[in-house]
Amino acid sequence: MAEGKVLSFQDLILTLHAYWGKQGCVILQPLDMEVGAGTFHPATTLRALGPNAWNAAYVQPSRRPTDGRYGENPNRLQHYYQYQVIMKPSPANLQELYLGSLVEIGIDPLVHDIRFVEDDWESPTLGAWGLGWEVWCDGMEVTQFTYFQQMGGYDCKPVAGELTYGLERLAMYIQGVDSVYDLKFNDAGVTYGDVFLENEKQMSKWNFEVADTEKLFRWFKDCRAEYDQCIENGVPLAAFEQAIKASHTFNLLQARGVISVQERASYMGQVRDMAKGSCEKWMEVNGWAA
Amino acid sequence: MTDFLLEIRCEEIPARMQLKASDDLARLFTEELAKAGLKPASIDSFVTPRRLALIARDLPLETAAVSEEFKGPRTSAPAQALDGFLRKTGLRQDQLEDRDGVYFAVVNKPGRATKDVLAEAVPAVIRAFPWPKSMRWGAASQTTESLRWVRPLKGIVAILGEDLVDIAVEDVRSGYATLGHRFHHAGEITIGGADDYVEKLRACHVIVSHQERQAIISTKADEAAAAHGYSVIEDKGLIAENAGLTEWPVPLLGDFDPAFLEVPPEVIQLTLRINQKYFVLRDASGKLAPAFICTANIEAKDGGVAIIAGNRKVLAARLSDARFFWEQDRKTKLADHAQKLERITFHEKLGTVADKVERVAKLARWLVEEGIVGASAPAKAGAQGDEAQSGHGLLPSQEHKEELADLAERAARLAKADLVTEMVGEFPELQGVMGGYYARAEGLPDAVADAIRDHYKPVGQGDDVPTAPVTVAVSLADKLDTLLWFFMREMQPSGSRDPFALRRAALAVIALLTKSNLRLNLRMLTTRIIAAMGVIENNQRSSDRAARDEVILKGSHIPKHIHEDGDVMAAFRSSQAAVDEYIALEFPTGSASLKDRFSGFEVQFLDFFADRLKVQQKEAGVRHDLIDAVFALGGEDDLVRLLARVKALQSFVATDDGTNLLAGYKRAANILKKEGVETAEAISLSYTPEQAEADLLAALDVAEPQAAQAVAAEDFEGAMAALATLRAPIDAFFESVTVNDADPAKRTTRLALLARVRAAVHNVADFSKITG
Repeated sequence: MAEGKVLSFQDLILTLHAYWGKQGCVILQPLDMEVGAGTFHPATTLRALGPNAWNAAYVQPSRRPTDGRYGENPNRLQHYYQYQVIMKPSPANLQELYLGSLVEIGIDPLVHDIRFVEDDWESPTLGAWGLGWEVWCDGMEVTQFTYFQQMGGYDCKPVAGELTYGLERLAMYIQGVDSVYDLKFNDAGVTYGDVFLENEKQMSKWNFEVADTEKLFRWFKDCRAEYDQCIENGVPLAAFEQAIKASHTFNLLQARGVISVQERASYMGQVRDMAKGSCEKWMEVNGWAA
Repeated sequence: MTDFLLEIRCEEIPARMQLKASDDLARLFTEELAKAGLKPASIDSFVTPRRLALIARDLPLETAAVSEEFKGPRTSAPAQALDGFLRKTGLRQDQLEDRDGVYFAVVNKPGRATKDVLAEAVPAVIRAFPWPKSMRWGAASQTTESLRWVRPLKGIVAILGEDLVDIAVEDVRSGYATLGHRFHHAGEITIGGADDYVEKLRACHVIVSHQERQAIISTKADEAAAAHGYSVIEDKGLIAENAGLTEWPVPLLGDFDPAFLEVPPEVIQLTLRINQKYFVLRDASGKLAPAFICTANIEAKDGGVAIIAGNRKVLAARLSDARFFWEQDRKTKLADHAQKLERITFHEKLGTVADKVERVAKLARWLVEEGIVGASAPAKAGAQGDEAQSGHGLLPSQEHKEELADLAERAARLAKADLVTEMVGEFPELQGVMGGYYARAEGLPDAVADAIRDHYKPVGQGDDVPTAPVTVAVSLADKLDTLLWFFMREMQPSGSRDPFALRRAALAVIALLTKSNLRLNLRMLTTRIIAAMGVIENNQRSSDRAARDEVILKGSHIPKHIHEDGDVMAAFRSSQAAVDEYIALEFPTGSASLKDRFSGFEVQFLDFFADRLKVQQKEAGVRHDLIDAVFALGGEDDLVRLLARVKALQSFVATDDGTNLLAGYKRAANILKKEGVETAEAISLSYTPEQAEADLLAALDVAEPQAAQAVAAEDFEGAMAALATLRAPIDAFFESVTVNDADPAKRTTRLALLARVRAAVHNVADFSKITG
């Protein structure tokens, strides 16, 4: 594309911050823990529960160890950014607000073909599901748009609307580049590759080859034990952090290829139990009925 | 009379749900109106991603007044009866009529304004709407009782003639205003009524008719393709899907790098269709063209240049991925891919996919070695005419058989290997297909590559049924293994629950067997599986040497071989006698023999197949009673033979001889039933028989052995023909002979004669099950 001024990667983020800030969202900073998706941020997961209104937007670095390609694939990364918006209750004009954000970052809907294509979202790990769409721009999925119906196994009362933009993909599209590493990070000549290529190489190596699996197994167990302690002592936010840690540790073990198919279900079950247990406790300490 | 317009607007409805929703709206709306006695002359339905609409034609402005009369209690009846009647009718006593001592109530229901009926009907339809999945949204979702709809409900237009029908559902109120195209038309549009709805929306870039959008997509896609010398590969489902994703469809053609065409066409087609919803094109020679057609939802300012450029880029990235998988997967031989199957669980009780592959490979080999698959001689059952007979006796050479067995085993070992390839990981629907490509690419024989490609077939009714021997061996072995072991581990389907698709697998087995006339004795198969079970159990406690030796000592030398080998397939390779002997042995740890312990499995398995066969035959139009007549004989475990019998019976009962023989049989059977004669005894004549009696006896002496012989030779037409000779003598017998003679000797003999008739007929089928 490229009509008008083309946004750098960082300006894309700043533009979205300014836009959603104006819509009443609190602009948060990323969760300082490894997560697979922005939805794991307690600002989404836990705030989706209970009756209180909540509007927030933030960037969330997301780590998916098995997606690492040692910096050799132009589209796949083991660490990338999601832009996450959550509005609760879902405003009646959420679609219009979202489309407004696309115009803001330079996508003219009378030049580009924007479509809402059915895509229901489900996270067994979080005991969560919702209905919505993947939003297509000229055939490319640029955003996941979901109305949360359940979280942690609880009905969302009220329902929150969640938007998740794939920032690298969107930026590649806006800037018209074929490799993520060629993205302009700013307008002063720094590329995405300058910032992250070495990181992708080293982290792919660590994820796939180096990470000490014995320690990982131990960490997982420790997270589980610490989680139990947190629940007993009535601190579900801390318990949820242990669930997040366990989840990422499990992902690392997957990348190392040391979890058999049989064990896989059991590990996933443990993570699910921890996530759901945290939600349950969170409901309880807040005095919210299911 | 006037027309009613209803539009229900919401956020984007999933494409796959739209047509059904449109039908549901018309149906539910009609039903609601019918309750009030209203019936529109016709209903036009419309649906787009953002609206469901209908126009009901020629509604009266009021419903007709109705007068209903109810008969009540006698005037002399107790007071309670009268009270009850008054409650029921809602009238007072002085409003009742006394007709000859009986109360009558006449209830006049005045006509209602249609507008009022509609104001109630529409919310009722909305609340009862059967979306496959629905959701809550917004502030109202504070409670789970809030309205559910497929996506947030945005607006309702309801106009009767020119009048607004006032409707409120949650916070949505009806009005004259709706919205046009999301991007082409800002602001509201005011609708006057049914007559201007379609055209006003068209002016605002919304084509409300799904069918019209489909036609536009189809026509314009064809035109765009033709302009480049291509043609669109027809895909009605994709046309409908794109019509469900657009309110103003604009097909646009783009191209992709022809270098991608080295990737198998199935992969390219799936990438285009499934991932991108693009139409696939063919060039003049019929090959895939390096181009696609996407369907945009806007008339773009730049004529679609940016849209095509964007879509090309997305497609290029996807095809690059596909090509990468294609190249990557071929770097590893299928045999090496197959090693990784150890990591995939087939079922927790049935081991890994690698375990299954091992069993299937051996079973496939056995099917060939046993002569079940690949024998060039046609099966005898149902053989008709010279053509089928021509190959008779030409058994394949041992050498040929060995070669075939090797190929089958080899193909089976590689058949599942593509499950761990990147490509099948990305496109699971290409399982088999990719394996076939990879096999060919590494130079494996065509028969092996074809078997890998086609061994999942047939998948469901109407799918191609393989006939190539290697493919048939692998496909059969795969499905039989699944069926046998799920049954063995007591995971058979029950009721509507069939999570492992065992019914489909059984139908596939039936199709494979019947298509190639393969003779497989199912009971033999089950006994061998039971024997294999013994081997497995023994392996599991192989440390218990003493117990094991005890079993071996008890048995003859061949069971010992089955047992000591420790190999499941030893049971398959052994002779039937050895297997029978082996499973009849008592194991030291359990008091019962294998046969006793697993007899339930055998019965269930064979019954399951019989049931599947019945279902399949019924669907093929074979008379239900004829199937029952053959099944009632029992003891048949060869499906091909069973079907041949059913077929012959069906032809026979359609003939005059068949009909009359059936009548004679029924008469005989009725008499025997009344007299309680159950079996056919030998006949000794102690008197001079009447002519008809002697004739029937003579006819039986000829026909009975003939029929039995023909059945043994699986010549069921011959068996029927033999029975047909009984027709005239039976008719004559009933014409002139009295069964119920005063002389007990005569009576007993004649009953015995009828019993023989019944027995002769039962050689072929249980005619008592045949109706009419």
